[in-house]
Amino acid sequence: MTGTLWIGTRKGLFALRPRGARAWRLAGPQFLGHIIHHVVQDPRDPRLLLIAAKTGHLGPTVFRSGDRGRSWREAREPPAFRKAAAGEEARAVQRVFWLSPGHHAAPGTWYAGSSPAGLFHSADEGETWQPVAGFNEHPMRPKWAALGTPDGEFLHSILVDPRDPAHLYIAISIGGVFESSDAGLSWTPLNEGCAADFMPDPSVPFGHDPHCVVQHPLMPDRLYQQNHCGIYRLDRPARRWQRIGSAMPKKIGDIGFPIVLHPVDPDTAWVVPMDGQTVWPRTSIAGRPAVYVTRNGGASWHRMDRGLPRAQAWFTVLRQAMCTDARGRPGVYFGTTGGEVWAGSNGGRSWRCIARQLPEIYSVSHAL
Amino acid sequence: MGCTVRIASPLRSYTAGAAALAAHGRTLAEVLAHLERHCPGIRFRMIDEQDRIRPHIRLFVNASEARELTVPVHNGDTVHIICALSGG
Repeated sequence: MTGTLWIGTRKGLFALRPRGARAWRLAGPQFLGHIIHHVVQDPRDPRLLLIAAKTGHLGPTVFRSGDRGRSWREAREPPAFRKAAAGEEARAVQRVFWLSPGHHAAPGTWYAGSSPAGLFHSADEGETWQPVAGFNEHPMRPKWAALGTPDGEFLHSILVDPRDPAHLYIAISIGGVFESSDAGLSWTPLNEGCAADFMPDPSVPFGHDPHCVVQHPLMPDRLYQQNHCGIYRLDRPARRWQRIGSAMPKKIGDIGFPIVLHPVDPDTAWVVPMDGQTVWPRTSIAGRPAVYVTRNGGASWHRMDRGLPRAQAWFTVLRQAMCTDARGRPGVYFGTTGGEVWAGSNGGRSWRCIARQLPEIYSVSHAL
Repeated sequence: MGCTVRIASPLRSYTAGAAALAAHGRTLAEVLAHLERHCPGIRFRMIDEQDRIRPHIRLFVNASEARELTVPVHNGDTVHIICALSGG
């Protein structure tokens, strides 16, 4: 691998860089004590990095680096809802949870997702942020995000169609997937076919729990979703998700948080199944962690656990904590709630731990 | 009105490390606005966009906790910014 793996944790920001063919050097922490939910490089200007941060005491914010993470400055106006009028619901951003670069033809533009569910836009490389009123003030928004957990619902997986900057997808956990064709002015639910078996009426049009939604950059009509209730694929313009997780082994199931895609092969995706039975332990199944890969768009899945612990390993991989690098035969990387980073060479065929004893890992991302 | 603002350690990245600053204002809101002008970004980490004090922040004027930003501040008062967090 070349470049840097940025590791966002509950207690700060770390960087892993290759040193020779098999060794890695861990640098950091930066922002020691800060909660780092997401670390994202700007593909239009690789010098620029944004991180979504807060601390236990202090409110949420965004930090920006223009020199590949060597120095950082705080956003002048972090994401915030508009001031509520008398009698209105007075929402406040509790955490900036997700960051997505805008369209490649609109340099400097970014989107951010928050908890409680809010969508924000920046036109100046993350220096100032404005609420996207088309979503935040949508008359249906209180119903779309009605089933928030006590920690608040999260807006994540902000996807910008590489062919059309006005075509957007977002996901709310819990709330569902939503689509806009007019740069965020209006939104419609896009959840048909997804299970919501925790709801009194499982056939609801929204109220689903997408954990992670991804769009293939070379085939933007191909969407994959790791949901609270299964793994799905959607090939637009169809509107009905297909449960490709049905092809997973029954004893493993198709519950998890992340799903990541091969950079150049839209049929290849990786997931990390977790235990979603009974009281939802959300750990590796039976204490034997494994990554599963499909190479045919979800028709079949293959277990990839060579090098991973064989027993008594009870970690969780959160939704931002898995990525690939940019190669044709990519490396796959994930971070665990137990503070380990694992590297899977040659598409995850064999794994080795490249960092351990870090704080709980929230985000793993590759930067050139 | 001149007062002293005592800054909790999590906020001192905004004050160049200073544990106390002189500020002016007739109310807590005005004192925090003064602080924001000299230490940009500090207010939003303590006060949300609805002008509510964040859950893990406590503000005192002298020995009395202030729950609203309309609380008056008098010449010579000390405003204490306290960070309250539990757990590991």
